[in-house]
This record gives sequence, C-alpha cells and structure tokens, in this order.
Amino acid sequence: MTSPSLASRGVTSGPAAFPVVNDFSIQVATVNGSGSQTANLVLLRSLFQSGVPVSGKNLFPSNIAGLPTWFTIRACRHGYVGRKKGTDILVAMNPETAHEDVLGLDPGAVVVYDEPLRLNALRDDLVFYAVPFDKLVAPVCPDAKLRKLVRNMIYDGVLAKLLGIELEEVDRALDRQLAKKPKALALNQAALRAGFDYAAANLEKRDPFVAERMQATSGRILVDGNAAAAIGAMMAGVTVVTWYPITPSSSLCETLATYMRRYRMDPETGKATFAVVQAEDELSALGMALGAGWMGARSMTATSGPGISLMAEFTGLGYYAEVPAVIFDVQRVGPSTGLPTRTAQGDILSTAFLSHGDTRHPMLLPSSPREIYEMAIAAFDLAERLQTPVFVMSDLDLGMNTWMSEPFPYPDAPMDRGKRLTPETLAALGEWGRYRDVDGDGIPYRTVAGDGLPPYFCRGSGHNDRAQYSERPGDYVANIDRIDRKFQHARTLVPPPVVERVEGARVGVIGYGTSHWAIVESRDQLREEAGLDTSYLRLRAFPFGPELEAFVAAHDRVYVVEQNRDGQMASLVTLDLDAALAPRVRRVLHYDGLPVDARTITDEILRQEAAAHQEARR
Amino acid sequence: MTTTSSSAPAPGRKVNRIGLELAAYRGGKSTLCAGCGHNAISERIVEACYEMGVESERVIKLSGIGCSSKSPAYFLGQAHGFNAVHGRMPSVATGATLANHRMLAMGVSGDGDTGAIGIGQFVHLMRRNVPMIYIVENNGCYGLTKGQLSPTADLGSTLKNGVVNDLPPVDLCALAMDLGASFVARSFSGDKKQMLSLLKAAIAHRGTAMLDILSPCVTFNDHEGSTKSYSYVKDHEEPLEEISFVPFFEEISIDYEPGTVRAVTLHDGSKLLLKKLAGDYDPGNKAMARRVIHESAARGEFPTGLIYVDPTRPDFLALLNLVDQPLAELPAGRTRPPREALDAINDALR
Ligand SMILES: Cc1ncc(C[n+]2csc(CCOP(=O)(O)OP(=O)(O)O)c2C)c(N)n1
Ligand code: SF4
Repeated sequence: MTSPSLASRGVTSGPAAFPVVNDFSIQVATVNGSGSQTANLVLLRSLFQSGVPVSGKNLFPSNIAGLPTWFTIRACRHGYVGRKKGTDILVAMNPETAHEDVLGLDPGAVVVYDEPLRLNALRDDLVFYAVPFDKLVAPVCPDAKLRKLVRNMIYDGVLAKLLGIELEEVDRALDRQLAKKPKALALNQAALRAGFDYAAANLEKRDPFVAERMQATSGRILVDGNAAAAIGAMMAGVTVVTWYPITPSSSLCETLATYMRRYRMDPETGKATFAVVQAEDELSALGMALGAGWMGARSMTATSGPGISLMAEFTGLGYYAEVPAVIFDVQRVGPSTGLPTRTAQGDILSTAFLSHGDTRHPMLLPSSPREIYEMAIAAFDLAERLQTPVFVMSDLDLGMNTWMSEPFPYPDAPMDRGKRLTPETLAALGEWGRYRDVDGDGIPYRTVAGDGLPPYFCRGSGHNDRAQYSERPGDYVANIDRIDRKFQHARTLVPPPVVERVEGARVGVIGYGTSHWAIVESRDQLREEAGLDTSYLRLRAFPFGPELEAFVAAHDRVYVVEQNRDGQMASLVTLDLDAALAPRVRRVLHYDGLPVDARTITDEILRQEAAAHQEARR
Repeated sequence: MTTTSSSAPAPGRKVNRIGLELAAYRGGKSTLCAGCGHNAISERIVEACYEMGVESERVIKLSGIGCSSKSPAYFLGQAHGFNAVHGRMPSVATGATLANHRMLAMGVSGDGDTGAIGIGQFVHLMRRNVPMIYIVENNGCYGLTKGQLSPTADLGSTLKNGVVNDLPPVDLCALAMDLGASFVARSFSGDKKQMLSLLKAAIAHRGTAMLDILSPCVTFNDHEGSTKSYSYVKDHEEPLEEISFVPFFEEISIDYEPGTVRAVTLHDGSKLLLKKLAGDYDPGNKAMARRVIHESAARGEFPTGLIYVDPTRPDFLALLNLVDQPLAELPAGRTRPPREALDAINDALR
C-alpha cells in the first residue's frame, strides 16, 4: 500500500522543513495490564479539548495481562475519524513487539522509545527520540510497585512537548480522569511534568508533526458506542435487561446497569424500575428477554457472535410466536479463541436469517455513538410495533472505541408500544384473533397477561389466527404469509438509508455501520487523487427500502464496502434486487480484525474500476 | 379462548370461594394418550386451583417441549400460556416473572426437558429461587419422541426394544434442594390426595416450588423392568409423611395426633400439616432430607411427600428491590428519565 512519502511528510535529515498540523496518528504499543489506558485517554482528551478532531482505537488481546496492546489516536483537522493506515508516531513501550513495530513503520515516522531498547539502531529513515523512562519515573514515584503504572504518563509529557499540546489541557484531562483518586493524580501529574521537562531539556524537534488549537470539537462529547447504546436503551424505557458476559458487548450492559442505578430508581421509594439479570448463558439471556417481552415489558439483551449463535432457536421462536425483544450484537471476529477482541461485520447474513424455518429479522445498522443511541430507542419501538426480535448490529470498533459525538438529543416522540388490544379495540373488532391481520399490515393485536383482556396460548409454528393449535397446511401458510406481509411493512418503518447522489457519478458506494468513516475519507481520496466521483448510500437497516434499488439502478457499478470475507451485505443486497441489477454489485472487503481504513477502500475500488474499464475496452 | 373446553362432566353447582365452578379451571381437551400420568396431573392442577380459589387471569402457564409440556393447554383455559422451546422454559418463566411479579407462574416440564437439554436452565432457576411452581412430569423416558431413555431412567431399567440403561439417574429432588429451591416435593400421578395437598401448598409458597411427579408413560415405559411403571411406583413409594394442607382462608380443623404433627406456615399464612410416618423426618432439615433420598434410592424406593421446605428464603425478585408496580405495567413517565438526567449524562461526557 502506498502511503505518504518521506517528502510529503516534510521529513528531512535536519529539522522539519514544514509542519504537518493536526494530521497524524499516534500508536502507543504497550503490554496489557500495564495501566496505559489512563495515559492514552488523557492524551486523546487533551487533543479533543484543544479543539482537534480525534478518534481513539484500542487494539487489545484476549488476555488480562502480559500480552501486547496498541492504542491508536488519530488527530485529523479534516475531521476523518476512521482508522488511518500506517502510524506517524510510535510510542514503543513494549520490548516484545518493539522491533516488529519499528520495522513496520513507513519512512519518516517518529519513534519515542524506552532508551535501553536502543531502537535507533534498527533503521536510519525514522526520527527517534530516546526517553529513559525508568530513570525519570524513580524520583517522582518512590513506591516501586506503582512505577509500572505511573511511567506511562511520562510519554504523555514527552508527546505534549514534542507536538506542542498545551500542558494545561493535559493537566485538565488528567484531572478529569483521576479526580476521584487524589494520590494517583499527584503521582501522574509529577510523571507528566517529568516527561515534559525531559523533552524540553533533551529532545530537539526533528519531525514535522504539530498539534495546534482548533475549534472543531466544541459542544461535542467523547463516548464509546456501548455506552451510547446503554444510554439509548435507558431512555427507551427498557425494564428487563438480561445478558451474559462476552467481549466486546459486556460493557454495554454493565454501563447500562450503572446508569440505571443512577437514573432509574423510583424517586419516592428508592426502588428499581428495572431488573438487570446476568443469565447463565445466552440461551437463557434471550429466553428471559422473550419471557419479559411476552408479558409486555420492554426487554433486551446484548451479546456478540458466539451468543448470537446460541440465541438462534429462541430467535426463531420469537419470530414465529411474535414476541418483541431487542438484541444488541456487538460484532467481533469468529468463534473460540484467537481474535475475539478484534472487530468485524461478520454476523450480517447469519443474523438476518437466524434460526430455522422461514425466519427473517429486522436489523438496525448504527455507524456512530449518536446513531446507536437513536437506534436503541427506535429498536424498542420497532420490536413492539412489529412484535418480533429486533437486532441492533454494532461492532467492536463502535462499541469499545472512543468516538467524538454530538450530544444525545432527548427523545421527544412518545414511545410506540405497538398494537395492544384495548377494551375499545376489542369492542370494535367484535371477535379478536391473536394472529389475525385486521389492518392489512400483517401486524395483529396482542394481549398480555394481567391486562384483563382475553388470553391466548403462545407457541411456535403451529397455530391458526386465533392462536389455536393447528397443524393444517393452510393455517401454516396463511400465518407465515401474514408474517411476510409484516416484514414487507417493516421496510417502511425502519430508518431509511442516507443517500448522497453526486451529479454525473457513474459509480456508487454502499456502506453501513463503522465502515462509513473510512468510506467518507475514501470518497475524498477517490475524487482528489483519481478524479473519480462517487455517489453514496449508507444503509441503516434491513429490510431495505425502495431507495436501494433506485440507487443501484442509477449507477454502472456499486461497491459494497464491508468488514467480512464473503460480502455478506452485498449478498443480502443482491437477494433484494431485481436480478438484472445484481451484476452491478461489487465487493470491497476488509477482514483482518482491524477497523477498515480509507486507503484500503480507495486502492481496491481503483483496482476494480481499472479492471472494469479494461474489460469494457476488450 | 384458544381451546375448546373439555367434555368432562359438570361438577354440579358447587362453587369455590371466588364463585367459580370446577369447570372454569379446565382447559382444552387433552391429546395425550389415554391413561398417561400427565393427564392425572393436569386434573389435580385444575382441582388445586379451584380449591384455592386461584384467579386464572393471574396465572401464567409455561412449558418446554414434550408430551408433558403440551399439558398446560389442557388446564386453566383462561390463563395465558407459553409453550417455549425444548428445555428452556425456566428462562422464559424467569423473564416473565421479572416483568410481572404479581402473576402466579406455573411451569410444566418433562424429565427429558428438565434433566437433559434443560438441566442448565433448571439448575439456575433453582439457584435463583424464582417464585414459581415447577412441575416435572417424570416418566423416565422421552414420550414425544417415542420412548428413548431420559436422564431420570433408573440404572438397569430397560426399554421396550431391549436397550438397558447403564447410567445412574439424576435425582431432581436432591438436585433442586442442593441448589436452593425452597420447596421440594415428590409425588406420584396416581396419588390424588397427596398430589393435591402438595399442589395447593405449592400455590401458597413464595419461591421455587419444585414438584417431581412420577408419571408413568403408558405407551413407552409402563412395563416390567421399568421403575417408572404404575406397578413399580405403587409398590415402592415410601411416603415421608401424611400431608394435609390448610389454605390461609380456612380454619385449622383437621385433627392430628399431638406430637406427631408438624405445621409449616407458608408465605400467605396457609399451613401445611405433616403427620410423620417416618419417625423424626423433618422437611426443614436439608441434611436429613438428603440422607433419606439417598438411602431410599439405594433400596429402590421413592420417598414421596414434602421433602424440603424453607418458607423464609427470599425469592429472586425480592433480591432485586423492584418497585411494587409490575415492570411491564410502568408508564413511560416512570421509565424514561427526564430531560435533566440526559443533560447531566451529556455534560459528564464533554
Ligand atoms: C432442540 C430440540 N431437540 C430435540 C427436540 C425433540 N424432542 C421433543 S420432545 C423431546 C423429549 C421429551 O421428553 P420429556 O421432556 O421427558 O417429556 P415427555 O414427552 O416424556 O413428557 C425431544 C427430545 C426438540 N423439540 N428440540
Ligand atoms: S407417549 Fe407417553 S408421555 Fe406421551 S402422552 Fe403417551 S403416555 Fe403420555
């Protein structure tokens, strides 16, 4: 992959020729469990507080302590927040990976390293800054046991000096992070100063990267997608939360429980207006959510791919018995050990059709914290409106990484509790049938235990429209055809795609979820570097609305960008299109466990475009 | 509503304390085999609810999959029911009680549904002491899939096709008790009186009331060599005590010999009167209960009756500190935090 050349980074053998302002990525390589998270978040926050657009991504192992982790901070004055391919500034704190990390850098990159590692001997086309971390930490942290944690703050001080981040902003960020731990705060402040002073006295600036105050972040918040989803679920009025721990979804329910204990205790009695239950596995988690949904509560669970697999049977029951529940899937790479802490959009196809029989499930596709907040609220409305399990398809990148976001808007629309039978509707209907389509939208009226209205016996596939047990072929067909009508109706209820049609563009891009951020950047690259204008359709839900087919029909080629090997969304899109349009659908795939970056997309689209043109000339 | 009512003869004009006839507690016509033990259990559930004056609208019936799990359709036609998936009724029941703690949850399962595919959920339901009645209609085989061995089949019992069970059985009572169920009983589908008393007591209990009811499968497992056949159970049943149940709304009038009777007061003030048959048997003593179960199992006998009860153990919902109004019925004003709350959340993230 080509990346900006030495010259374009402004690197010369002497002092920097011209500065690169607010456009760099910092990678901190550490060992997990070494307490680097505080230092990394403080650095991220100092840039954010200085008004510079930032994003923070944690690349961590499935392990509690002792394995390598990398935290990436991207600062970008253009506002791009997707992962940047390549590292501009490496902070090499992990002896295990330091050599590999340094050898993988593009020429001109900067390395801040622990002096005894002598990394400067490895290459002569990088800018090295040696820092004697142990020597600096000893005087500021007399307690040897704490030094491992505190020494990380030294690189914040060094970078603040090298990049020109105002020290007050770093102090302020540190204050925020450790306000409740005065002793730790004091130690970290001292380490920060030690790093800053050391750099001031000993390091001559020889690289071009500079941070300068901007005004691009005012009014924004910094948050991860799991917290945003949790806040959304709480504002949606969820009352029953059942879950089983799994990375990367655990923090969703944990954060939710924390917020609920704060904001959902009954002011008069001090009692909880919610129940959060850690189930024995994901089967139970969804079983409980369905039990609660059947009873009329707003219920949810959150999981990741392995849990989704276990939820398959219950999801089918929810679909056939028509019971609402909201399921957050924070997607990650495949099963068992290996890459469970890496990101993917790998559950799209299996979730769309999860379970057996003619099942299909609505999926919402959030790309940002703000969107997952809003979609969390929408998901509860949709689940009750459609009387079916609804999936919110997040991923590790959105769920666990730190994003800038607009603040969350208050949900002004009233909750949609769906079609519940009332004495009035019952009187109007005359005779009620639990699974009867009265309104032509495929959605029947339901009752719940305790509402005083007629009861019914809820079961899976074998029932007629009065919920009576039936194995008659006609009853079965009538029922699943009605459920299909309901699903078709869902196309009009789910969030529509965001479409950006560019005048004259013959090429379209389709994306969803977190791939969006790299696509935004890639489209600029395509236009600026190759003169290729593209239109863009960002899917926000399945089932798709009519906009999708219109978009494909309006372009010669449409590239579906996603983070899995087989083009799962592209397949789903193709299934939905008129067969004549299917050949226009192309795949741009990224699936190495890292969030997709713009350069990968740009290169791949250009490669396929060149091939298409060659094909046309033949 | 959903089922045609049974053709059983009307019991005359007799009504219970809420003015309902027995017939009001019936459900759809059973489609189980004639003589199946499960039918007798459904009948006892109908009677127990009638005698206790249970309001069907306040009951939810839940089950997994199996012949046994079909039976909720055959009692309490005026109650909501949920026939879930195989072995997973406990989680659905747990979620349902979380959503509405005011309902009386009644679960029906089979020994395969509970002891095999569903044992994980069973274990955790018992541990949590979820307030519900959990009935296992135990026939030692899989009825609905035509007679395979279940995990409660006794060592050495044989299938019709000659297959011999060479694995030890799971004792659901011992398991439930160890795990924390606060009411554990065993009975036999042919013992009308005992089962009725136990069911009524289970209705009055707050916490998990686990009833393991031996219920012979007349089609696949009621033959020589089966320890879950009618004749075997009749011969080897060993009642721990003679049970009488006095609901909270009745005066205690039953005359028991002083010294041999122990009264257990249940959650709603009802009383269980236990007349000791087996010397000093005390259903409040877990260690003794365990010993009796194991010793009688070694003799090939089934102790029946109330094996263990602890009316004081808080149930799962009590631990959750929930508001009084059922969660499912809370209005939006109580479940959507006010604007100021969201403002505070946003501010903290700035
Ligand atoms: C996931 C799944 N696996 C297998 C089955 C098939 N199945 C239906 S009922 C049953 C066994 C029922 O046995 P038990 O619970 O003892 O009830 P009984 O029929 O004897 O009353 C099985 C294995 C199923 N329904 N679902
Ligand atoms: S097969 Fe056995 S368990 Fe099933 S209904 Fe018949 S007798 Fe009962």
